[in-house]
Amino acid sequence: MFPTPIERTRPLTRRLYKVALPVSIIIWLLPLLAVALTSIRTGADINSGNYWGMPTSFNLIENYTAIFNNSPIGYYILNSFKVTIPTVIGAITLSSLTGFALGVYKFKLNLFVFFMFIAGNFVPFQILMVPVRDLSLSLGLYNTITGLVAFHIAFQTGFCTFFMRNFIRALPFELIEAARAEGVSEFRIFWYVVVPLMRPAMAALSVLIFTFIWNDYFWALVLTQGADTMPVTAGLNSLNGQWISNQHLVSAGSIIAALPPVVMFFLMQKHFIAGLTLGAVK
Amino acid sequence: MYSYWKKNQLKLSPWLFLAPGIFIFLLYVILPIFQSVSLSFYEWDGLGLKTYIGSSNYVELLDDEAFYTSLKNNVIWLLLCLLAIPAGLFAALFLNQTVRGIRIYKSLFFFPFVISQVVVGLVFTWFYDPSNGLLNVILETFGFDPVAILADEDYVTYGIIAAGLWPQTAYCMILYLTGLNSVDPEQIEAGRIDNARGWRLLWYVILPQLKPATFIAIVVTVIGALRSFDLISIMTRGGPWGSSRVLAYYMYEKAFSEYGYRMGYAAAIAVILLAIMMIYIAVILYRIYRDERSV
Repeated sequence: MFPTPIERTRPLTRRLYKVALPVSIIIWLLPLLAVALTSIRTGADINSGNYWGMPTSFNLIENYTAIFNNSPIGYYILNSFKVTIPTVIGAITLSSLTGFALGVYKFKLNLFVFFMFIAGNFVPFQILMVPVRDLSLSLGLYNTITGLVAFHIAFQTGFCTFFMRNFIRALPFELIEAARAEGVSEFRIFWYVVVPLMRPAMAALSVLIFTFIWNDYFWALVLTQGADTMPVTAGLNSLNGQWISNQHLVSAGSIIAALPPVVMFFLMQKHFIAGLTLGAVK
Repeated sequence: MYSYWKKNQLKLSPWLFLAPGIFIFLLYVILPIFQSVSLSFYEWDGLGLKTYIGSSNYVELLDDEAFYTSLKNNVIWLLLCLLAIPAGLFAALFLNQTVRGIRIYKSLFFFPFVISQVVVGLVFTWFYDPSNGLLNVILETFGFDPVAILADEDYVTYGIIAAGLWPQTAYCMILYLTGLNSVDPEQIEAGRIDNARGWRLLWYVILPQLKPATFIAIVVTVIGALRSFDLISIMTRGGPWGSSRVLAYYMYEKAFSEYGYRMGYAAAIAVILLAIMMIYIAVILYRIYRDERSV
């Protein structure tokens, strides 16, 4: 193991490490801790500039109920779920199909199609902004959840195809050949042989896509306006504009907006990291 | 009909599986790229008629000071974001131990990557706040004058990049932690027997084995840096006086804000950004192609 395991170092180093760990994590997360602390302060504390001293009273419940009562944040959160969940399902469905096609069959344009998905995925997505907004307008999907979902599915299909195809490549190909020799049709092979084996890849992708889409801000800004369709990222930004001297409330909103992907991450940590680090190990 | 299918099943199947994915990807990603390129030769307000104006948008860009500011900032972003890679490596080395509770430390360290850039942007805006922000509280305790980072033309871009480095470092750390897990322990022991320690061991034995992790870290960091938009939009809206704009933000401003509704001009900026990115995409595709050939 590298670096030298701490158990094998001198006692002084060991003791220093034990102290350095919690200290470094607190410094690392300091900005976030500050927000958490601000989110439970009273408005009076904020107005009198008491950002860093002891809060005069703890307003945890008041602040968090206040943002739900006095702002559309409940709708924003709901919209985020309405955008995120169908996108996850759609992107994974489409990319299972494309990943299977590119991973299992040998045909002339295989690598070309594969590269199209990768290249499209790496493009600076701002170049898509004007045409995609225009397309959504002409399809009547501008400022609708469906419009946002359709775009997200399309764009994420690029990354997911890359992921799925590489995953399927690593599966034992003999299984598919054996099924073919038995005369099983290609669709049945896909459904009964390959899909059950793809579950870990699907789990990893679900968590990743959930986080990416939940945190998307750019497309929310370009394709939606107003509380009926706006997801929480864009919503939070507009709340921040309205509540300039109510930092405790914006802080509470930030914590709420950050919570779903954080919970997802802690519940599915193994899959999340497996997805992110695909290819980091040969 | 049925016998035709039977005979050609292997040839037709891949295209049937690909059809829905290719269709939506062409419609929403590939076609818009070409539409943007073509749009960059037009003048268009987003509603009325498009007027063909040849290369005028590009000629105008050459004399646009805001364009050069954005381009310069993009280069700064690109270079400074790369710091996330060594920072992530050191964080990973620091945390690659097996003491009690280390897993929770690793998760907490990774935290900034999971939360939205909007939240990161808000958090850092408050952190830099000149009157009550934590940064200035700290500066004052050490006897320095407060600095309004986000209102200062010279500091603003660096301030935003620091916020961007926070989640990016966390990501690079996870890549390296995974990489360190699979380093061959025999080679480390062999290195130690040959009296390689610390830096030398890291440089000659460990880093070469971490190459795949480093490659991904570079790819992801560079692309993230060139796409940077969220933090700028949240923290400064390109200000003060446009000094923190990058290409991605400037084109958004040209297309949709009160300064703009100039879709063609915005498209021209996007094309420049794409051209820069194409260099990286080409390198990445070439590497994947080489790996595919060697399989």
